[in-house]
Amino acid sequence: MSTIVSLPDQSTARLPKVSYLNKEYGLKSWLLTGDHKRIAVLYMISITFFFFIGGAMAALIRLQLLTPYADLLAEDTYNKVFTAHGLIMVFFFLVPSVPATIGNFLIPIMVGAKDLAFPKINLLSWYLYVVAGIMMLCVLTFGGVDTGWTFTTPLSTHYLNTNVVTAGLAVFVAGFSSIFTGLNFIVTIHRMRAPGMTWFRLPLFVWSHYAASILMVLGTPVLAITLVLVVLERTIGIGVFDPTKGGDPLLFQHLFWFYSHPAVYIMILPGMGVISEVISTFSRKRVFGYTAVAFSSVAIAVFGFFVWAHHMFIMGISNYSALVFSLLTMLVAVPSAIKIFNWCATLYKGSITFETPMIYAFGFLGLFTIGGLTGVFLGSLGMDIHLTETYFVVAHFHFVMVGGMLMAYLAGIHFWWPKITGRMYPEGMSRLAAVTTFIGFVVTFSPQFILGYLGMPRRYAAYPPEFQVLNVFSSAGATVLGVGYLMPLLYLTWSLKYGKIAGPNPWQATGLEWQIQSPPLTENFEKTPIVTHEAYDYEWLANKTRNEVTTVG
Amino acid sequence: MQHFISPVLWQFLVKWLTHFAIFPPEASSIAPYADALYFFLIFISIIGLGAVAFLVIFFSIRYRQSRNPVATQIEGSTLLEATWTIIPLILFMITFVWGALLYFRIYSPPPNAMNIYVVGKQWMWKIEHPGGQHEIDALHIPIDQPIQLTLISQDVFHSFSVPAFRVKREVIPGRYNTVWFEATKPGVYHLFCTQYCGTLHSQMIGWVYAMKPEDYEAWAAGSTSGHSLAQNGERLFASLGCNSCHNSSPNAHGPNLANVYGSHVQLANGQFVTVDDAFLRDTILNPTLHQIAGYAPIMPTYQGQVSEDGLIDLVEYIKRLNSSYRIDQTIDNSAGQPVQAGATPGGTSAPPLAPGAVKP
Amino acid sequence: MDSHTIAAQTAEPAQIELEHPPFLRHHFENLAQQREAATFGMWVFLLTEIMFFGGLFCAYLVFRNWYYPAFVAGSHTLHIWAGTLNTTLLIISSFTMAMAVHAAEVRHRVPLMRWMIVTIILGVGFLCVKGYEWHDEWVHHHVPGLNFSIEEFTHVNPAYPGDKPLAPDMAEKTQLYYSLYFAMTGMHALHMVIGVCLLTILLIRAQAGAYTNGHIAPVENFGLYWHFVDIIWIFLFPLLYLISRHQ
Repeated sequence: MSTIVSLPDQSTARLPKVSYLNKEYGLKSWLLTGDHKRIAVLYMISITFFFFIGGAMAALIRLQLLTPYADLLAEDTYNKVFTAHGLIMVFFFLVPSVPATIGNFLIPIMVGAKDLAFPKINLLSWYLYVVAGIMMLCVLTFGGVDTGWTFTTPLSTHYLNTNVVTAGLAVFVAGFSSIFTGLNFIVTIHRMRAPGMTWFRLPLFVWSHYAASILMVLGTPVLAITLVLVVLERTIGIGVFDPTKGGDPLLFQHLFWFYSHPAVYIMILPGMGVISEVISTFSRKRVFGYTAVAFSSVAIAVFGFFVWAHHMFIMGISNYSALVFSLLTMLVAVPSAIKIFNWCATLYKGSITFETPMIYAFGFLGLFTIGGLTGVFLGSLGMDIHLTETYFVVAHFHFVMVGGMLMAYLAGIHFWWPKITGRMYPEGMSRLAAVTTFIGFVVTFSPQFILGYLGMPRRYAAYPPEFQVLNVFSSAGATVLGVGYLMPLLYLTWSLKYGKIAGPNPWQATGLEWQIQSPPLTENFEKTPIVTHEAYDYEWLANKTRNEVTTVG
Repeated sequence: MQHFISPVLWQFLVKWLTHFAIFPPEASSIAPYADALYFFLIFISIIGLGAVAFLVIFFSIRYRQSRNPVATQIEGSTLLEATWTIIPLILFMITFVWGALLYFRIYSPPPNAMNIYVVGKQWMWKIEHPGGQHEIDALHIPIDQPIQLTLISQDVFHSFSVPAFRVKREVIPGRYNTVWFEATKPGVYHLFCTQYCGTLHSQMIGWVYAMKPEDYEAWAAGSTSGHSLAQNGERLFASLGCNSCHNSSPNAHGPNLANVYGSHVQLANGQFVTVDDAFLRDTILNPTLHQIAGYAPIMPTYQGQVSEDGLIDLVEYIKRLNSSYRIDQTIDNSAGQPVQAGATPGGTSAPPLAPGAVKP
Repeated sequence: MDSHTIAAQTAEPAQIELEHPPFLRHHFENLAQQREAATFGMWVFLLTEIMFFGGLFCAYLVFRNWYYPAFVAGSHTLHIWAGTLNTTLLIISSFTMAMAVHAAEVRHRVPLMRWMIVTIILGVGFLCVKGYEWHDEWVHHHVPGLNFSIEEFTHVNPAYPGDKPLAPDMAEKTQLYYSLYFAMTGMHALHMVIGVCLLTILLIRAQAGAYTNGHIAPVENFGLYWHFVDIIWIFLFPLLYLISRHQ
């Protein structure tokens, strides 16, 4: 069965007269909306704002580390800068990035529903994010916080006089934003699928968001209570983390990492969902091993709850519990490997084109593989002793988070940009940005693996001079990386007015979202779809496009 | 690893890497083992990455749209899924076992290790040799001798890291942690604090001086403060009045501490424990949790009255106590009465301490 | 009701009228889906609450295991009559809440309001007893961070003459017990306060007839929340009040 598809002639496409963007006008219609698509756009704007603040912090870090001395920023300022970088990037960018923007926009459409189960809670979720963000900005304005994003006790509870309580409460509020998003997704996916949309017909994007939502819902409350205890310890001195009162600082570590490890899977799983969609579309092929990829998402979510103490191998946990956690860490690496190989196999006998989302997806495949493998280095007990708390860890998590997740986020933004805005982004400029980002990233973070093995510790404002050359390479790469991230901000904004009109399905992709207009109507579907085809059914798509009259507008 | 590849090649590889400053020196007995695991991990990573890169690049060229306009829909292959599940799993399990063995090796000190105490505080390392040598941000050690470090923090979490030895251990308040190593090459190596501990975290660095045994002896002889830790401990023991209960008289209120270190004792709740450093420290601070069977629970807590350095002195003293002769001869300075009739000139007598003052 | 049943549904106009009441939100296909989604959502939310309290329970279990005598001594200073009274109040309030849900189901507006009012009164009663207890702790210098003192524990407790007084280092650990006591009961009380406020709002809307026209989901789901808060208390009570009380 032929699946030759040709991209429709963009020049005849017209913007639809009515869409969710122009259904209502005015600030109130946006700030009091229940429409999941508008909320997704609100999120997109706010997280981009915070991304660039976090990025500015990163720029300061790399500038400081050009020289071995604390000559640009004083030590305590540097400590505040890397804390801000971590807090903002983790809680205000990575955790909500794909779920709150692309997930919010697409999950109802992908399951065939008119909206998420609880639109008001969705809006509340955004407001909580904004409130948390304002609290964080207050922290930055009024002297910063220098605990590190990990709030390690007893430093954060007894030995600092910066804005620890406000920062902790900001993260607490942001956590609830995340919990409500996850709750909404779980209920929507369970209860609001269209007729015929069985679990195994769902796009893998939905599966990965389901898995991430389980983590959000079960893990984030533990962070919340941990932060409450830190605030109480700091303000009243309750003593649960204070050894002089009989408390145990390691208890904080267990409670904190019980959330923060699943958090990294919250951050990566939605990105993996994006990659499934992108690779499938640009190879014109169903994803190889759909069931394996779907179940591996859930497996990552489940196993992800049982590995938290691999952040604590050298802290004095018993050797035997270290064994258990190391074993489980090795097990949690396997589902990720399965996914990577399934995606590679999806390319086999496909018909591959190299649009920008696909370039980002290729970048993801390479960089996430490196990041994931270096995670195995760290999960190996004896190796972790030498590598932990050094730049090796920094390189590892930047490879998975930035080389992995951020690339996946950009892939998703570019892939669904036509659907969200009705316009295409400029392909040439965007490919250049993707390649720039990739090169910049590799130059920035590869030297850090070497620095880590040499022993350079993390969170150092100054370092022994023999580490300078590698640090300079790293900072040079960061400049390129920064350019690579600024470019989309500019050309995507440009495309809102001047981009080519996209039409409903510029990529000839499967999935319910591509069968409706771009941008979609507020209620998504004119009538409830009845799903009869499998996910990634390119034969169905070819049949449909051959037999339908092409309408535009 | 040295047995699998030629020693010449191995030496060349390590030397070359170190010379170009992209590899730390291998200066401890465990370092080659850590490096061997590292090279294995790099090897399997290169294979894994190579496989992925090859597949992606080859497939995207061979199956690009202009070359392959019609995609073939393939659902999956259970055989392939099994293959690429099992092979990574096997490789990861090898990594797990190897890493676990290395870990147990690094965190299980040999019995003949020489003990050195390290107190971390914001933002310096205080190193205390049992012979009474005190160092700040420096650690002199002899090579070819297992050294065990007993680590404790006075305030926040720190982490004691010597990259050249491939060892690292968190230094936490409230509990001793230990790590051991055996230096093999004389030299001067970086010492870092690797757990973020506040403003001057990046200044909490120093040097480890690995010396030939004779040089170490010379250094030790020339750097001692004149009092060993045990001697300091003895004075503290007396000034805090410990000897009023812990002596050898038949109706002593507390157990006799001679030879107690390393022995099995029975607690009031019936459990048996081995008396080690951690037990001694914790009993001084939380006596009620470690009541010894057969004695009344009257030992007061010294929480807040003794610093970590003082606790180390006391632990050292008790460790080396193999008779209660000196205890019995000491004047109980807190009460001003001799414990037993006839104080000897040999006994040290520090001036009485004001109650509540912390002994340095 | 799954998607297949929805697709298979055919309805006559009168039925459509019944199936499309004013309180059906338009993103739902039908009332059944809306109701099920709301209930499922509440259960998922309660799951997050379990994880939230779980962190506190975890800390409690660790420290109780380490410092059992201190926890016994701390527990013995709590008033068993107050705890029992509170438990009784909450269990009765769960019953009255269930009756309220039933009243909504059978569309009896006035009984619904009455049962809700009784539940509110019982909830407020619980909070008053708790407030009294906390005041009592404060008077006895058991509030960490405010005026905590271990005096009481180093002497014989007249209420428990069989209890030996604690050594000072173990007595210090009672502060951990009280910290966890206030954190756990405080968090629980906060949930009670939120519950009472929500129930008041529901009461006002019930008065206007919002829940006796078939739209019982809010009352039902609030009932779930209320029962959950009750169950948390059922765990807190023995853990905090009943340590080694058999003498």
